[in-house]
Amino acid sequence: MLDVNGLARPPILAPLSFSIAAGELVGLVGPNGAGKTTLLRALAGLTTGPGTVRIDGTTLTEMPARVRARRLAWLPADRGTVWPMRGRDIVALGMMPLGVRDEAAIDAALAAVDANGFADRDVQTLSTGERARVLLARALVARPELLLLDEPIANLDPEHRLGVLDALRGEAARGAAVVVALHDLDLAAARCDRLLLLDCGRLIADGPPDAVLTAATLAQVFKVRRDETGWQRA
Amino acid sequence: MTRLNLSLAALALLLATASLCSDPAGMLALWQRSPEAARAILIELRLPRALLALAIGGSLGLTGAAMQGLLRNPLASPDVLGPSTGAALGAVIVAYTFGIAGTLAMALGGIGGSLAALGLLLLLSRGGASTATLLLAGVAISALGGALTNLALSLAPSPYALYDVLFWLLGSLADRSLLHVAVALPPLLIGCALVLSGRRGLDALALGEDVAASLGVDVARLRLRIVVGTALAVGAGVAVAGSIGFIGLVVPHLVRPRVGGRPGAALMPSALAGAALLCAADLVVRLPVAGHDLKLGVVTALIGAPFFLWLIVRQREVIEP
Repeated sequence: MLDVNGLARPPILAPLSFSIAAGELVGLVGPNGAGKTTLLRALAGLTTGPGTVRIDGTTLTEMPARVRARRLAWLPADRGTVWPMRGRDIVALGMMPLGVRDEAAIDAALAAVDANGFADRDVQTLSTGERARVLLARALVARPELLLLDEPIANLDPEHRLGVLDALRGEAARGAAVVVALHDLDLAAARCDRLLLLDCGRLIADGPPDAVLTAATLAQVFKVRRDETGWQRA
Repeated sequence: MTRLNLSLAALALLLATASLCSDPAGMLALWQRSPEAARAILIELRLPRALLALAIGGSLGLTGAAMQGLLRNPLASPDVLGPSTGAALGAVIVAYTFGIAGTLAMALGGIGGSLAALGLLLLLSRGGASTATLLLAGVAISALGGALTNLALSLAPSPYALYDVLFWLLGSLADRSLLHVAVALPPLLIGCALVLSGRRGLDALALGEDVAASLGVDVARLRLRIVVGTALAVGAGVAVAGSIGFIGLVVPHLVRPRVGGRPGAALMPSALAGAALLCAADLVVRLPVAGHDLKLGVVTALIGAPFFLWLIVRQREVIEP
């Protein structure tokens, strides 16, 4: 579904290539500054540079902006909002590319991330984690084929981390390709079909979680190790 | 939403009618003595005044809301970021060259100055400057425009020219003719239409330029549309009525809570509320105060500034309880 060939964004990303199939839930892992955000932005077509990104064979840069907006949704890591908007009006923005506003779809997207209670609340009055869920619902509402999510669970409590990952599994089950940047390696390993490990802008490993998060890569890339008491600095 | 627009439109029309019908007893007496004179006062003095109050107030409210939405900042407005001072400078230069009676030339000077100020702002924003940078640059451009206007004033060719221009700068709708309406209205309306066409894009900008772009909005085109529209509307308005502050800054804050904070949805009600507010201010100006003429720009600032301070204090209570 998504084919990435020689994509680079100097000086942050070195050329990298990979493919993602429809229905796949792919975790993007790596330490701070590895290039996860830059990669997601490039996949969303927000930056230009060397290499190609294709969605079902069509190059991203040759796609009209409206068509691209219907096919993919991008969620930035930034949780800031400027105006005192209601939750449902924020989510409705996600339907802009479709040219409609469907209240039932908005309610469903909010329900998927347990944010129904915020539909009619001013998002400025929500906690960061609550607002993060409303913003995620905005990305889910139009049911795009490709979801590019930058740390969607970063500010969430344990229950909602699991809830959001369940929701993303649901998106994959309906056939979407989901790429999600994560810092929680346990959850990434437990919930993703596949992991892409980035370090210093290079793709270090690409495969099933067990094959990617080995003791060697943990020590080399993340400078951590795991023993019977939990995570330790390597 | 539409109910809000309808009630604001009704309020604006009511105030404009009040402006046309002020001093009904005196007008009636005049009508009985000399219908021609009464007609002349109504059509040639009061009608342009009411029309300009509606149009200029509306354009200030609208462009204020649009600039706040575009820059994602509640402090943006034409009088803070340069277009108003640019327009004043352009019009002052033209006033010195052709005299303050050259309505068309003044309008062109105003639009030119406003475009120059916003063009400079756009030039600085190339390569994706942050909104904080844009805001600071706008404030600097506005200060430069103000300084150049003061320089022009101090180089006035004669004390009379200085007096004329100084009073014009304070903002007024008194003694404007239908010619002023005919000159100002076309660019003003085209500018407002351009700004209004960016409504949906501004809503998407609420989540930032990148999210808007990912939602299919051509952010560069949206920005150009709003900047050129603002320059046309503000330039034409300042050229015929002088500097009228605070409407563009304050009105969007009044409207925002009633449209659920959506920046695009705030445009139309801001235009209507701006029209109503300037009509009301122009009625206040006509109250006799110890035989002196109040100036419209002075009144809007006198009401607008304390009101804005109250808004800031109230919002602080909400944001930092």
